[in-house]
Amino acid sequence: MDRRRTFWALVLPPGLWLVVFLLVPLTLMAAFSSRGDMRGGILRAWTPTAEQYQVLLETGSYVRLLVVSAGMALLVAVIATLLAYPIAYFLAFRAGRRAPTYLLLLLIPFWTSYLLRVMAWKLILGSGGALNSLMLGLGLIAEPLRFFFYNRGAVVLTLIYVWIPFAALPMYAALLRVDSSILEAAFDLGAPPVRRFLRIVLPLSLPGVVAAFFMVFIPTVGEYVTPLLIGGSSGSMYGNIIQDFFTKAANWPLGSALAMVMLVATLLAVALAAILVDVRRLVDI
Amino acid sequence: MRARGWPPHTQPSGLALYFVALLILLYLPIALLFLFSLHDNTVLSFPLRGLTLDWYRRVLEVDGLLRAARNSLVVGLGSAFAATILGTMVAIVVARYQFRGKTMLIALTVMPLIVPFVVLAVALLLLFAALGIDRSLWTIGLAHTVVSLPYVLLIVSTRLSGFDVSMEEAAMDLGADYPTTLRRIVVPILAPAVVAAFLTAFTVSFDEFALALFLAGPDPTFPVYLFGQLRFANRLPIMIALAMLLLIGTMSLAVAADRLRRAD
Repeated sequence: MDRRRTFWALVLPPGLWLVVFLLVPLTLMAAFSSRGDMRGGILRAWTPTAEQYQVLLETGSYVRLLVVSAGMALLVAVIATLLAYPIAYFLAFRAGRRAPTYLLLLLIPFWTSYLLRVMAWKLILGSGGALNSLMLGLGLIAEPLRFFFYNRGAVVLTLIYVWIPFAALPMYAALLRVDSSILEAAFDLGAPPVRRFLRIVLPLSLPGVVAAFFMVFIPTVGEYVTPLLIGGSSGSMYGNIIQDFFTKAANWPLGSALAMVMLVATLLAVALAAILVDVRRLVDI
Repeated sequence: MRARGWPPHTQPSGLALYFVALLILLYLPIALLFLFSLHDNTVLSFPLRGLTLDWYRRVLEVDGLLRAARNSLVVGLGSAFAATILGTMVAIVVARYQFRGKTMLIALTVMPLIVPFVVLAVALLLLFAALGIDRSLWTIGLAHTVVSLPYVLLIVSTRLSGFDVSMEEAAMDLGADYPTTLRRIVVPILAPAVVAAFLTAFTVSFDEFALALFLAGPDPTFPVYLFGQLRFANRLPIMIALAMLLLIGTMSLAVAADRLRRAD
């Protein structure tokens, strides 16, 4: 009997917390997106309308920006995953006993302020930055180079750079689970290294690859901080218009509709991921 | 861990070089920030003008800077504490009970990893506005607790799946009731993972900006404060000096968390 009581004592606090601070807010946001305007109090009764979604669809630039953001996220996720795979492979098969130390080395930079690390790249590559002043000083160039523009390219580059170490983690976990006796068997049967990789290691690590892809893709679609820091006005993403409607423009119903579209799109992407990869093969729950 | 490093190899591998190159790229901005924090000028240009510790001294003088750092510390500790307790509860229930809705509970707990932060931020903003709660460190802390929960669940679950249920059964056979068994057997065994989860949750919160920007009141956390200060170029070195001091702190935490996670 006390086991049963303990069950409720364990389940209720986190359950209620998540309902109140996760499910209720998202539901409220869904409800708010059906509101026609901002007039009156937040909880004033209103007649549900699809007005905001109509505005959203009719304003071609919102939809276009969502597509552009998804495209940027796709680019970032594919490249970061590809560049991270060798890192995961190195940690799993070549680093030996030192792998945990190397892993820690890879993650320590993340304990520095993200804002300042991005600023640092501006200091290095910006027009008045270290690289330009160094090259000017050495007489290599006469005018400062301006290749680190405020644009989408700068945002994509920064995000790839930021995500590589994280993308390596699920692939590392997957590679660690590759049974080395299978590799030995292939070796004994005379399979050359490339063949062993393509026929054994790569297929067995695919769940990790897919997990890494989505681990990067999902937060990147919703990114608004990096464009704010280095994107300038031409580098903004879908998340930035949501932010604008909740701050500067103060049109919360339309902002809610925009956020709902992003939420649904993300959940669909995750459902796709869940079909592609059995997450339980990567974590122990 | 099983023996790795198979098949045997002798030549220095391109993979190792690639790894080292990536590490250099990762540490370059940090090294540069460190140099900047010692540079006797408000812009970083070469050749350097001279080195100074003045920026570190001035950390104490800028209004609100230390207060913002303290706020981040308070929010980080508070949200990590709450998330660790709640997340450990979920981990124990999921590992030790069979019940309907178990998959639902797991899905709900890891959901914050899936919901884009900007969406969660505006949803919480709506909730607090609807409840008439003013934005403050509390609202940031509540949000951070939600996003730290998945990490706690994953870390503690890994430890739970690694130890034998028979120890609990033995305690119960010897007459301990279930709450006592949890307290005397399960919690002590989980302790290293719980501490690691706490430290992870703390680091998730400490540098969090996307949620905090929406949910901060007039008294901001360090990242939000920093964002507001980025406009003032002449204060940048002071901000960087404090960030370097904070890095030393969080780095020690990260190393400690890692040690504990592997303390078997």
